[in-house]
Parts: sequence; C-alpha cells; structure tokens
Amino acid sequence: MSRAEAVPGPDTRPDLGEAVAAPAGATRSPGLLWTFGLFRSELATTFRRWRTIALLGVLAAVPILVGVAIRIETSDGSAAGGGGEGPAFISQVTNNGLFLVFTALAATLPFFLPMAIGVIAGDAIAGEANAGTLRYLLVAPAGRTRLLLTKYATTMTFCLVATLVVAVSALTVGALLFPLGDLTTISGTRISFAEGLGRALFIALVVAASLVGVAALGLFVSTLTNSGIAAMATTVGLLITVQILDQIPQLHALQPYFFSHYWLSFADLMREPVYWDDLVRNLGLQGLYAAVFGSAAWARFAAKDITV
Amino acid sequence: MAPYESDDSTKADEAEDVRSGRRKAARYVVPVAVVGVAAATIGLVPALADSGDPDLPKVTAQQLIEKIAKSDVQQVSGTVKISTDLGLPDLGGLASGIASGAAEGDGGSSADPQSKLLELASGTHTLRVAADGPDKGRISLLDSAAEYSVIHNGDDVWAYDSKSNEAYHATAPRSEEKKGKAPEDVPATPKDFAEEALKAVDDTTSVTVDGTAQIAGRDAYRLVIKPKQSGSTVGAISIGVDAKTGLPLKFTLTPASGGAAVVDAGFTKVDFSAPAASTFDFTPPKGAKVTEADESKAPEHSRKSGEDFGMGLGEGLGGLKTIGKGWNSIAEFDTGGQGMPSGSSGNSDVDGFLNSLGDHVSGKFGSGTVFSTRLVNALITDDGKVYAGAVTKDALVKAADAAH
Repeated sequence: MSRAEAVPGPDTRPDLGEAVAAPAGATRSPGLLWTFGLFRSELATTFRRWRTIALLGVLAAVPILVGVAIRIETSDGSAAGGGGEGPAFISQVTNNGLFLVFTALAATLPFFLPMAIGVIAGDAIAGEANAGTLRYLLVAPAGRTRLLLTKYATTMTFCLVATLVVAVSALTVGALLFPLGDLTTISGTRISFAEGLGRALFIALVVAASLVGVAALGLFVSTLTNSGIAAMATTVGLLITVQILDQIPQLHALQPYFFSHYWLSFADLMREPVYWDDLVRNLGLQGLYAAVFGSAAWARFAAKDITV
Repeated sequence: MAPYESDDSTKADEAEDVRSGRRKAARYVVPVAVVGVAAATIGLVPALADSGDPDLPKVTAQQLIEKIAKSDVQQVSGTVKISTDLGLPDLGGLASGIASGAAEGDGGSSADPQSKLLELASGTHTLRVAADGPDKGRISLLDSAAEYSVIHNGDDVWAYDSKSNEAYHATAPRSEEKKGKAPEDVPATPKDFAEEALKAVDDTTSVTVDGTAQIAGRDAYRLVIKPKQSGSTVGAISIGVDAKTGLPLKFTLTPASGGAAVVDAGFTKVDFSAPAASTFDFTPPKGAKVTEADESKAPEHSRKSGEDFGMGLGEGLGGLKTIGKGWNSIAEFDTGGQGMPSGSSGNSDVDGFLNSLGDHVSGKFGSGTVFSTRLVNALITDDGKVYAGAVTKDALVKAADAAH
C-alpha cells in the first residue's frame, strides 16, 4: 500500500494508498462505494494542492478588488460605471451590494473562471502522467472509464466551488461596503432581497454549468499529451482563441456553436419575467460539448498506451 | 520450442495490433456519433416542428383587413424579434453618437426614448411587449446583460435604461384624450407596422390573402400587399394575421430588388392572458438618475421621431410637396441652399468622400447625387432640391426632370 509513496516529486498521491486500501474487500467487483472512495480521494488531492488554493484565492480577490474600486470611485457621490461602461450591472452596485455578485461573475466568467477550470482540467490526466503517478492510479482496479469519470466529476466540482467562491466573496464584500435591500431587476420591476438572493444562487449555479463545456474540452486535451503544462496551455489557448473568434462579426454563422457564446445569458435571470431562450441554449450547448469531448476523451484514454 | 513460440507470438502480436488498432478507432465512433446526432437534431427538429400550414376557412382580403381593424386585443404579452436591413452602412456607433448628442443637447439622458429609436433601425433586436388595456403597456428592448424598458401606466410614462441606471419620466395624457398608448409612437410591434402599411392601401395596391401560416404557435392568415405600379423599391409586404384575434403577428417587407427582408418583425412568443400587474409598476431604483421630460415638448418629439421612422414605409412627411401617388409618391423639398456639392468643391478629399457615398446623375434638371439604401433613394440636386421616396433611381430622375 505504499506504491504512491515510492514515487518522489511534488505531486505524490498520499491518498491513493488510502483509496486503494479502503475497498480492500471489494477488489473483484469495484462497486459504487469504491467509485465514491476514488472520487473522494481525487477531490481531496485536488483541493489540497497549493495551486488549487492559490487559484481559488485569486478568484476570491477579484470581487474584493472590484468592490473596493467602486467604493473609492463613488466616494465623492458620483455613479459607478457612468454611461453604461464596464462589466454588466456595475452601475447598480453602489445602490445594492447584491449586484456585486452579478458584476463579479460577469467580470470573472470570460477569463478568470474558465482559465482556472482549464488549469484543473488540463492537469487531470496529463498531470498524473507527467508526475508518473498515472500508471499507479491505473493499477488500482478502477478501470479507465471510471477513473476518467472521477476526474471529470472532480473538475466539475471545482467549477462549482470556484463559482461559489466568487459569489460568496462578492456577497461578503458587497454587504460590507454597500447597502443591501430590495432590488430592481434590469426590467425595472422590484423584487425582495430574499428573492434576489435566491436568484443570485441560481445565477451562480448557471455560471458553474456554463463551465462544463470547457471542463470537458480540457479533459480531452489532457488525454492527448503526457505534459500537464502543455495540456493547460492548450486549453487556455483554445479558450482565448474562441473568445476572440466570438468577437469577429464575419463569423456570426459559427458563433452560436462556440462554448462561450451564451455565457453572459446568466444575466437573463435578472429579467422579469426571466427570458429563458438563451439560457436553455447555453445549457444545451454545454451539454453537447460535455458529450462530444467527454466521449472523445474516453475514446482516447481507454485505448491509450500508458508508457509513463 | 522457443523459436516456434516466438514466431507464434509475433503473428499473434500482429493480429492483436490490427485488432486493437481497429478497436481504438472504433471508440472514436462514439464522439462522432454524438456530433452527428446533435447536427441531425439541430437540423431536423425545426423541420419536424413545422407541421405545415394550418387549415383555416377561406377569407377575402377585405374581410381580413376588417378583421385587423376590428381587432381589439386588450391583453397581450410576448416576445418580438425585429430585424431591419435598410442597406445602410453599419452606423451603429455613429447613430447612437448622434442620438445621444441630440439627447444631451436637450438636456436628456440615455434613457430618453428618442436616443434609443435609432438602435432599432439596423440589426436584429429582441423586444418584449406587454399590454393590459389602453392605459398599461410596456416595451422592453433586450440587450446583452441589460434592458431598456418603456413602461406606460396610467398617467405616467417611464423609460428605464438598466445599463446606465438612468430613468426618464414623462406624463402621458389619458387614453380618452389621445388614442393609443405612448410606447406605440415607436413602431416596434408587428401591429404598428401593419397599421402603417394598411394606411398606404389604395387603388395603386393589390391586396391578397396568400394562404395560412403558423406564427408563434398560432394559426394565422397571410396578407400580402403589393404595389401595382412599377418603379417602387417595395417588393411586397406580408402580414401574418392571427386567425382568432385579428392581431397582426408578423410583418415582413421585402424589397423589389430581392434578397433579405428590409424589415422583419414578428412575435416569437405570444400570450393573450393578462400580464401580471407588477409588470407595469415602476419606481426608479435608489440612486438612479431620473430625467423629467419637458411636458410640452415630449409628445411632439416622440411623434416626430415616429414619423421619421414611418417614412421608411413609403410615407411622405406631412407639409411637403409630394409628386406622384401611392407607392411611387416622391417627397420634394427645397433646402434653398447650395445643395450637395457633387464632385466639384475643389477639395479632392471631400469630393472623393462624397462621391463614394452616392452616385452622380444628371438630367434635364441639371445634375445631382443619388443616395441609395435598399428601400429609400434620395436625389439631392446641385441647386439644393431634394427628392426622396421608396422608388428606384430612374423614377427619381424622371420625377426631377418632370418637376424642372
């Protein structure tokens, strides 16, 4: 049970032994419990890494920066983002701190959040291969498909955690620096603070779901290479490329199929009544990306020669 | 034994390699199949959902026009998609710059309805409309992560721009004094467009009922209005009329030159139940900048803007000299000035720029420059006369010759 410990390096997997040890009686028929054990160990490994903690720290710092900047800018009584400049919802932040949640999510969704996902997803398989721990992981009687699913589940959990970190940090900063209370939707109708909080939570979930496509893409890239850095760089590079292509008007026929095209549709949840069309399109598109790249990752990984 | 063994195993290895290669390739069938299924779904579902044109009792064009006139839909809410392609160069930024400049000149704000009008003149926009009787109505222009709403409730007309958090307030006369609700000054819904188009119906027009269609999930008749004369740039106007309520659901104006519709406004969703009362409540949010309209000026302004926009539908501006009739009517007015210098101002840069905007023409009237869009052409002569209308270039020149 000390296989993992035998491998030196920064990415040793002290939990692997534990995970393999846990279902000692179930080695012949790895069951649900085993999968859950593997998932739990993956989760612990991922969230215990310094780089994960640093990523989450950066994400938490964005709303603090935005909040403090707005506070300083408007300390003389002027309105923030005058003339409709800046990220969405920024002009309402001074009147209601809850809007900082939406502003922070709108500010981090285009780059910060997907970049963090790209790092985690790109690292998922290629990072293990790079550190030489992949073959030890495969020694465990989990099966490659199950391992891949576990990796994807871990990445998606990170999507959710990262989004919630941004939202909670923004809510805290918003509550500290700005007044809270009933809020006005972008359609001009009023909703209570409790309903606003509910919508903020729903928006955070939608934003997390918007990242499912990038996560699948990153995982697929991760199965193609044995270098963690290459996988991360490719994923983030693809993300930036797609974001740029999405801005070119001549490509409007292709744009509805870019994973980032409907990302800002989460703002439609702040309309009254909610405008569902783009939200549904966004979730459908993310599901499609997850299915295509998830199955491509499986096709690649399940038949891959693991040489390192 | 050893050599045989190794031979066997080599053969077996080769076979194994081929098989495993095939197996590897076979796995990629899954993602390819997923892409295929998705493409088929995207392509086929709209085709399958289009269950053909509904079977409706036959009506004559006259009956259908009466139906539209009698239509008294009090409660409606829905989503309208409006695409305009006037063939203008993309003036998005410029137009809004001019508009906001104009609004600022009046001491207005970005929430002033006037400054939003020009936005509708190009591109595709999604609007949400709701109405509950003549005194309650709202139109919202959906923007990315923002919304611009005009809300009419009783005596108040509010306009709210969520992007800049600015509001605009005007007092509207009650419906007893003024027919129609304030937001209708801006033709945005298919009904507004249809009313404008039906005003133009006279003996120069052919009106026919061209079968039925499904619009926003409702059965509708298709009314087609075509100019009888030649020389108009208007090809046809098609109006989808709800079979039950007589409410126009879709308006399409196609140019005579073919191609995409110049104006295409239609409901994508429509609901005839009463919208929630809170839809029409508006209190400016805390911290929002509120601009009060100059009461005497505001209605006049919005009416004028509405008319400007309506001109695109082949209407002349009131008080101008009009040549011809029906669809081929041409507005003529004298600017009294020097007109457009057409390629001879002495400054070659300016000339080049002006000539790139329009075509130089000459005739009995002298010479001038024709500025064309897909629908409206305008001839500005060198002696300062302007002829404009939804007619072809030749018709403009002919009119100018005749007037000379």
